[in-house]
Amino acid sequence: MQKRSIVPILYILFLLLPIYWLVAMSFKTTNEILSGFSLFPQTFTLDAYKTIFTDPTWYWGYINSIIYVSLNMVISIAVALPAAYAFSRYRFLGDKTLFFWLLTNRMAPAAVFALPFFQLYSAVGIFDTHLAVALAHCLFNIPLAVWILEGFMSGVPKELDETAYADGYSFPKFFFTIFIPTIKAGVGVAAFFCFMFSWVELLLAKTLTAVAAKPIAATMTKTASSAGYELGLLAAAGTLTIIPGAIVIYFVRNYIAKGFAMGRV
Amino acid sequence: MKTENQKAWFFVLPVLLLVAFNALLPIMTVVNYSMQETFGNNLFFWEGLGWFEKILRSERFHAALGRQFLFTGLILIIEIPLGIAIALSMPRKGFWVPVCLILMALPMLIPWNVVGAMWNIFTLPDIGLLGYFVNHVLGINYDMTQDPFAAWVTIITMDVWHWTSLVVLLSYAGLVSIPDAYYQAAKIDGASNWSVFRFIQIPKMKNVLTIAILLRFMDSFNIYTEPFVLTGGGPGNSTTLLSIDLVKIALGQFDLGPAAAMSLIYFAITLLVSWLFYTLMTKDDLN
Repeated sequence: MQKRSIVPILYILFLLLPIYWLVAMSFKTTNEILSGFSLFPQTFTLDAYKTIFTDPTWYWGYINSIIYVSLNMVISIAVALPAAYAFSRYRFLGDKTLFFWLLTNRMAPAAVFALPFFQLYSAVGIFDTHLAVALAHCLFNIPLAVWILEGFMSGVPKELDETAYADGYSFPKFFFTIFIPTIKAGVGVAAFFCFMFSWVELLLAKTLTAVAAKPIAATMTKTASSAGYELGLLAAAGTLTIIPGAIVIYFVRNYIAKGFAMGRV
Repeated sequence: MKTENQKAWFFVLPVLLLVAFNALLPIMTVVNYSMQETFGNNLFFWEGLGWFEKILRSERFHAALGRQFLFTGLILIIEIPLGIAIALSMPRKGFWVPVCLILMALPMLIPWNVVGAMWNIFTLPDIGLLGYFVNHVLGINYDMTQDPFAAWVTIITMDVWHWTSLVVLLSYAGLVSIPDAYYQAAKIDGASNWSVFRFIQIPKMKNVLTIAILLRFMDSFNIYTEPFVLTGGGPGNSTTLLSIDLVKIALGQFDLGPAAAMSLIYFAITLLVSWLFYTLMTKDDLN
């Protein structure tokens, strides 16, 4: 082992400590948490997890979150693919302006949009549905998906397109059977980012739902406000929110570094 | 070389419609509110640019904006060099690469309110791991609900924990794209570690670092959920960042006019600074 690997090791330890504490606390009894400091759970309990998996208001939170995150991923990728292709292959009137305008939506503070979104979605009658949250998250996920896909597509030489057309492929046939398989790493990375930002966002998801589509993150706030009494439950719910993310990263592990660079290295 | 083709607009149309529905309509609502006064019951009165003037002159806004710039500035000063340093010392090949990358990306996939809650239990003075360690092992009095300085240290540490990995991953992607031949050439020339860093690694990382700075600026400038869950803006107003203050005015006091005017000023500042970064970035692309 080299001497310099001490830096990443220390950094990873620093990252894991708060996560360890959250997981450890989820296995403690409320009594133990409040009675004082203990490094490991003294009386190991699964009570918090039992509560979550048996109470519909809890486990529906997870299902709701997963539904709107998946919906958002599908919508964002579906509309971003053709747009990214246009940006990477063609010059057209206003292309640069349009690209920057898309990016500006990534810069808008969610706090600015919370109230108008609530009114807009109430007016069109989709308040408190999974679609509302999925559409709202498109605001920042579509620009990001276009940006990432454009980066990956620009890395594919234009000769690929020209050869396919010369071979008599129609555009849709070329796009779906040749082009998309070529950039599937990029599609995976873009989907990963859509998942990530939709999964972690709370402000809009909470504002746009009441009961039927309430996300897990909002369900959790009910324990946070009654501070101190249900720390174990809060910790267990938090621990469970880490798992889907960990699974998704595992799938894109080989592309993650290139993906974070938006395909631009 | 790209070809000129106006039909490309049809490809962009779905994105355009969706984003316009999501962005333009709400922004117009905000603009509308920003010029009116309401006393409830859906009664509105014309205010013109009054709210903008009031906000721009208000002490409260200046204070929140100052705290916001301090926060974002500290975040960039700490996270960017730290991220580069960690990326430089990471292994380039082998089994440990994916392990490092997965573990490092983990904090970024945790919902933001869970991040806040997690740091809350981590720093509780008597029962949190960090709080207990600092108070009882190091013997330093640390309670972020009482002491503004402790609260600041905590929110900065939390953000460093949460987002430094983004800088690490981006810099790392830049580093692995450098061909081995560059390093061999440097070795033959007898270049020092510093000159390898200065003349090979930094230029190769420049593009990805611009993305890192841009993303870190935008996200830390718009941060809301994590510090809100962790400190609630306190003690007092000491950690009330711009968007926490905005939500207090908009949803807490329901002062729609001032909140809308503040939103637009806030957005304009973010836009201006991001535009500066973006022009820098595209200028590099041309060269």
